[in-house]
Amino acid sequence: MIINHPLLGPRDAAEFYVMGDADLINRPDPDAEGAAEAFYEYAYLRDNPAGEHRELWYHEQGDRSWLVVTRSTLTHEIMNVEMARDVALAKGRGQ
Amino acid sequence: MRYSALKIFTEGLTGNKGWKPVWREPEPKKEYDVIIVGGGGHGLATAYYLSNKFGVKNVAVLEKGWIGSGNVGRNTTIIRSNYMLPGNEPFYELSMKLWEGLEQDFNYNAMVSQRGILNLYHTDPQRDAYVRRGNAMLMAGADAVLLDQDQLREECPFLDFDNARFPIKGGLAQRRGGTVRHDAVAWGYARGADAKGVDIIQNCEVTGFDIENGVCRGVETSKGSIKAKKIAVCVAGSSSRVMAKAGMRLPIESHVLQAFVSEGLKPVIPGVITFGAGHFYVSQSDKGGLVFGGDIDGYNTYAQRGNLPVVEDVCEGGMAIMPMIGRARLLRSWGGIMDMSMDGSPFIDKTHIEGLHFNGGWCYGGFKATPASGYCYAHLLAKGEPHEVATEMRLDRFERGAMIDEKGVGSQPNLH
Amino acid sequence: MTQSNRIAGGLVDRSKQLSFTFNNKSMTGYEGDTLASALLANGQRLVGRSFKYHRPRGIFSAGSEEPNAMVHLRRGAAQEPNTRATVAELFNGLEATSQNHRGSLEFDLMSVTDLASPFLSAGFYYKTFMWPKKFWEKLYEPAIRASAGLGRLSMQEDPDSYDKGFLHCDMLIIGAGPAGLMAALTAGRAGARVILADEDHLMGGRLNAETLSVDDQEGSAWAAAAAAELDAMPNVRLMTRTSVYGAYDHGVYGALERMTDHVPTSGGKPRQVLWRIYTKRAILTAGATERSIAFPMNDRPGVMLAGSVRTYVNRYGVAPGKKVAVFTNNDDGWRTATDLHAAGVSIAAVIDSREITPLAAIPGALILMGASVASTSGYLGLKSIATSSGVKIETDCLAVSGGWSPNVHLTCHQRGRPTWRDDIGAFVPGGDLPIGMHVAGAGNGSLALASSLKEGANVSASVASDLGFAATAAFPSAEDQSTDITPFWHVEGKGRAWIDLQNDVTVKDVKQSQAEGFRSVEHLKRYTTLGMATDQGKTSNVLGLAIMAEATGKSIPETGTTIFRPPYSPVPIGALAGRARGKDFRPFRLTPSHKWAETHGADFVEAGAWLRAQWFRKGSEKGWRDSVDREVEATRGSVGICDVTTLGKIDIQGRDAAAFLNKVYANGFAKLAVGKVRYGLMMREDGIVMDDGTTARLRENHFIMTTTTANAGPVFRHMEFARQCLWPGMDVHLISTTDGWAQFAVAGPNARNLLSKIVDMDISNEAFPFMACAETTVCGGTPARLFRISFSGELAFEIAVPARYGDAMMTKLMEAGEEFDATPYGTEALGVMRIEKGHAAGNELTGQTTANNLGLGKMVSKKKDSIGNKLSERPEMNREDDLRLVGFKPVDTSKPLAAGAHFVDNGKEAVTKNDLGWMTSVAYSPELGHSIGLGFLKKGDQRKGDKLRAVDLLRGGEVKVEVVSPHMIDPEGERLRA
Repeated sequence: MIINHPLLGPRDAAEFYVMGDADLINRPDPDAEGAAEAFYEYAYLRDNPAGEHRELWYHEQGDRSWLVVTRSTLTHEIMNVEMARDVALAKGRGQ
Repeated sequence: MRYSALKIFTEGLTGNKGWKPVWREPEPKKEYDVIIVGGGGHGLATAYYLSNKFGVKNVAVLEKGWIGSGNVGRNTTIIRSNYMLPGNEPFYELSMKLWEGLEQDFNYNAMVSQRGILNLYHTDPQRDAYVRRGNAMLMAGADAVLLDQDQLREECPFLDFDNARFPIKGGLAQRRGGTVRHDAVAWGYARGADAKGVDIIQNCEVTGFDIENGVCRGVETSKGSIKAKKIAVCVAGSSSRVMAKAGMRLPIESHVLQAFVSEGLKPVIPGVITFGAGHFYVSQSDKGGLVFGGDIDGYNTYAQRGNLPVVEDVCEGGMAIMPMIGRARLLRSWGGIMDMSMDGSPFIDKTHIEGLHFNGGWCYGGFKATPASGYCYAHLLAKGEPHEVATEMRLDRFERGAMIDEKGVGSQPNLH
Repeated sequence: MTQSNRIAGGLVDRSKQLSFTFNNKSMTGYEGDTLASALLANGQRLVGRSFKYHRPRGIFSAGSEEPNAMVHLRRGAAQEPNTRATVAELFNGLEATSQNHRGSLEFDLMSVTDLASPFLSAGFYYKTFMWPKKFWEKLYEPAIRASAGLGRLSMQEDPDSYDKGFLHCDMLIIGAGPAGLMAALTAGRAGARVILADEDHLMGGRLNAETLSVDDQEGSAWAAAAAAELDAMPNVRLMTRTSVYGAYDHGVYGALERMTDHVPTSGGKPRQVLWRIYTKRAILTAGATERSIAFPMNDRPGVMLAGSVRTYVNRYGVAPGKKVAVFTNNDDGWRTATDLHAAGVSIAAVIDSREITPLAAIPGALILMGASVASTSGYLGLKSIATSSGVKIETDCLAVSGGWSPNVHLTCHQRGRPTWRDDIGAFVPGGDLPIGMHVAGAGNGSLALASSLKEGANVSASVASDLGFAATAAFPSAEDQSTDITPFWHVEGKGRAWIDLQNDVTVKDVKQSQAEGFRSVEHLKRYTTLGMATDQGKTSNVLGLAIMAEATGKSIPETGTTIFRPPYSPVPIGALAGRARGKDFRPFRLTPSHKWAETHGADFVEAGAWLRAQWFRKGSEKGWRDSVDREVEATRGSVGICDVTTLGKIDIQGRDAAAFLNKVYANGFAKLAVGKVRYGLMMREDGIVMDDGTTARLRENHFIMTTTTANAGPVFRHMEFARQCLWPGMDVHLISTTDGWAQFAVAGPNARNLLSKIVDMDISNEAFPFMACAETTVCGGTPARLFRISFSGELAFEIAVPARYGDAMMTKLMEAGEEFDATPYGTEALGVMRIEKGHAAGNELTGQTTANNLGLGKMVSKKKDSIGNKLSERPEMNREDDLRLVGFKPVDTSKPLAAGAHFVDNGKEAVTKNDLGWMTSVAYSPELGHSIGLGFLKKGDQRKGDKLRAVDLLRGGEVKVEVVSPHMIDPEGERLRA
């Protein structure tokens, strides 16, 4: 597979480490009500969709960026690649 | 029809014209006591044990394609009970014992071949971990032997002892481990279940569950709706998709595991051998092909195919321990979808929806578990409570913090 | 032997005669021959035995689809099994032997199985061999295994080397037949970067095997000219002897180039190269493969594919028989008759299953229309055939054509399915091709020459235009030969009719499979083994499923195909591994003091990719224990030095560095003073301990973290995740500096005395107390970092210098330490001392361990949020009967302890339900004078002083142990604060 890194251009997937669902960015608020349940679901439950999947890839043999790759789990086609940090910031995690 | 050498002889004399279908091709009834969703190894084994051991005979197995078309038809055929943790080891040892009597039990030769499995170790800490594991196996009534390098040199002289990057120091062997002809397992269970009246319905896809007020009363299928008192899902490779129809999210991700077979060769290796410093395991089929594999590709996928880096990684592992296979040719590769659970261990459990049961999350280890999985699932369905060796395989274990994490890599499925 | 079947013509070089042996018989051939053509030239029809019945087998085809003619090629360590004679290029001195027989090839003792064939029908083995139970592994299976398999491995290390490489192009064209050549010419002329690959050593494909003309030249001459034109283009790479074997994601193709298989020895060059070709687009021009017709006893040596028969005549100048008969259901079969006749080979008959007007008059040949072959004779080689109407024909070679199947394989590698075309009686590529793949020519069902050339040019022009190249399709002149077909699959009659020649699957097997309910094509394949031979069904699949379709009353498209999987043709495992074998399996990481250690008696041990000194053998020391005990005693007695560079080092800087550390460590770091070091416990989000180590605060916004050797990579990745994804707003930056700094532990009562000779600062206990750190210099100016931390439990420091000074630093430390008898120590001594001190390491941090298990539960700060904090609170991870890390000593102190032993209470049986935990690490403590251990024990913290069984069933040992504190030496830590 080839991942089109937003900064570096097309890179071989073998340079990356893949961690799965990009929902892992959405770490729950530990102080919110029901945090224990929220953390359990965050750490353990997955949509595991057949089709479009947003997932985390880490450019370990490269610039060490974490990327959010939107890829089909049926065809492996990659629709979009974003910097995970940008995604996290856009979700308001910068505060 | 009972199979025997005599039967083959008499059929052979009369032109092999008397063989009957191994299973019927019935239309679904309106209602069953138990509907098993998924005609793979585990589903068929569940049907077999329900009908043959627990007296539940009004059973249907619904299969969206052809029976055995999932991972039981697409694996590297290894059986073993060399687990470490108390939540696992007794279960896999029960499976091993069931394998040992299986063929006589269901009158079908699945070629259970206990030629042994050998896990190589390359460092002292690895040896210590194997000793811990070997002792756990022995304490659970399984067998295990620790071999040092001298013993290994005798048993496997073809291993690269003298020029290896990671020296082979010894191995943990389970002599009762081995291989089984995988397709025959599905066929044998199907035949045995069919004979007791279980309806095996192929090309029948479950499209939904009939759930009302938290109770599941049946399924919607491509052949109409069918009622049942209990619905038992075991659809490896499709667990999340199917359970989503019941509104459930699972602690599962689906990944591809590639496997490989070489061209046929005269006998090369004795049993199953696994590399301890890389991703490679190998056995040799009765037909002579080296059957081997390694790690999952690592990315989520439902496509039953993988990519080159893993192919190369696996072959590198092979050449690292047995460089005599260099001139053997890889004939075919394939990929199966593994429902990787969050701790690497499976589930055999009721769900929060009454009547709906779930069996899955077998990662890449489901084949060896087939008999015990079927037996324990049948036990759960027939008696309403888990079998004593499957008490830990619960869906709520992550909420409680009772993980069964053999590899110790945590809630990241692609590392298990 | 003389080349009795060699005739005029062909593309072999008759000026270059080559000698070779087959089963030790000397023969000759010419350059340009394959082993198969040379064997046929020498009249050698019998070349092998089938898999199941050990039936005599001859050469069936002229390409990589060959199911029969498999040989051992070469001798000794280089012997390769299952080599297709049809693709093995002849070289001088080639040695080939037949395989899969016991006794000679002519009198194979295993052929008795053939007599028993009525009892060995499809799936017979599933129905027997079950009694007595024990006999399967002892008797039946070994017998089956010995007779199964095909060729034999040498069992010696593969003597050849293999390379790997990457190639990039705009267009990869797979197959250099007429369509492929046209595609390459079109794209090449337009300026696209093109790779044209073909498995043959000669470009041209069927053009080299036919008597068809292109642009008024012989096809082979036109192909050679086209190849020459392409070769002259700088933007085109021609790859002969290269099989593109797999289509992977995103335009990545696997290809195997055979470099030295056609010469006597590799001469030290790589035997083969495995290429990963990255292409924007691919055009599959892979041609088609002919298939047979199933008729009774159609497996004899001499029964061949019709197209292959004319390949031997036209390309190799070899007549596969003296008197050849043709059996066909299509027009193409007639070309074999007319070509052979033109070449002077006698044609005995042409038998066409269709009731049509004969396509040609062939003098001397019997022409039978609407006829079929119903039986054959000749055990070791065909002698005669008889038609359904009883006409007996003497012939030594029957050329059979059942039609051509496009090579759709690569179009299906990403789960695409082919579609059926009735007009050509074959599957063609379906609509769902791999992204970026196009198909042209015979492989797309355009079987005739002119159409194929045209399609190759057109598809290529359109693809090149898509990519922005101004391409125009120009076609050479050629004619479309007639390829009409009326599908005809099998002939009823007495005797077995083979479908899969290698695996001995016959029409009866397919019918029995149907009768027993194995009706899906996948069931058919798995039950009968149809298509599972080394040709993966290239010559048999379509025939088999057509017969199944007939038996079930379904159409062929309804019946469907099995799945095409990579590789297209088999690839040696050695080639897929490449250079990564032996010591080169993985790279070595060497510590800065490696060379020093090598020259000072070190034995090295693998620690992940690192090699670390395990101990330093000195003088007359016999066993490793002598060295390790000495190193421990010397360190605890005076001073020891250990290279600890392998520990992960992460440089953390930024305004929020402290706050960030507070997130990734379970214990608090915000208040760590500048110039101080703190032990940190890191958890995964699931509340399990991930790693531990020390982190030093060099400046307000600058920390240095150390990790365990094994977790250096994973911890860094984890922290980058936390930084980029969880707390992207924090001002913090991470760099891995593991390889940047050489670091040495200097431990023991004389550590300060030694270091003060080198370090350019005051390191007295007052100025530089336990857990202090500083940026400083050594030896009068070399930058250094100094940490007063201790893994050994002694007064100890770790000194770090830039890695380039590592070797010099080691020498300097030893020089400065000479007066204290400073002793280098390795990982074993390190291990002994950490066990004596009760520090957890890899054996304890298994990824299953909680902070509670380590007795560090109180370190998990509840005053702040940190990774893993929440989930560590789950009830089952906080059980009252949790495992706790404790120390152990043998009750009889002369006994050694065993790591991996499990704990059981006295009087309790060693079974799972009584399992109380296990011993994680053991060592001999020279100071205590006995074996000691660490281990996890249920309620261990409440069991100090208890005596238990430590049971090692695996090695047959059992030791009574006493539970002690894990801090077995200097529990108050007085030494390290000294």
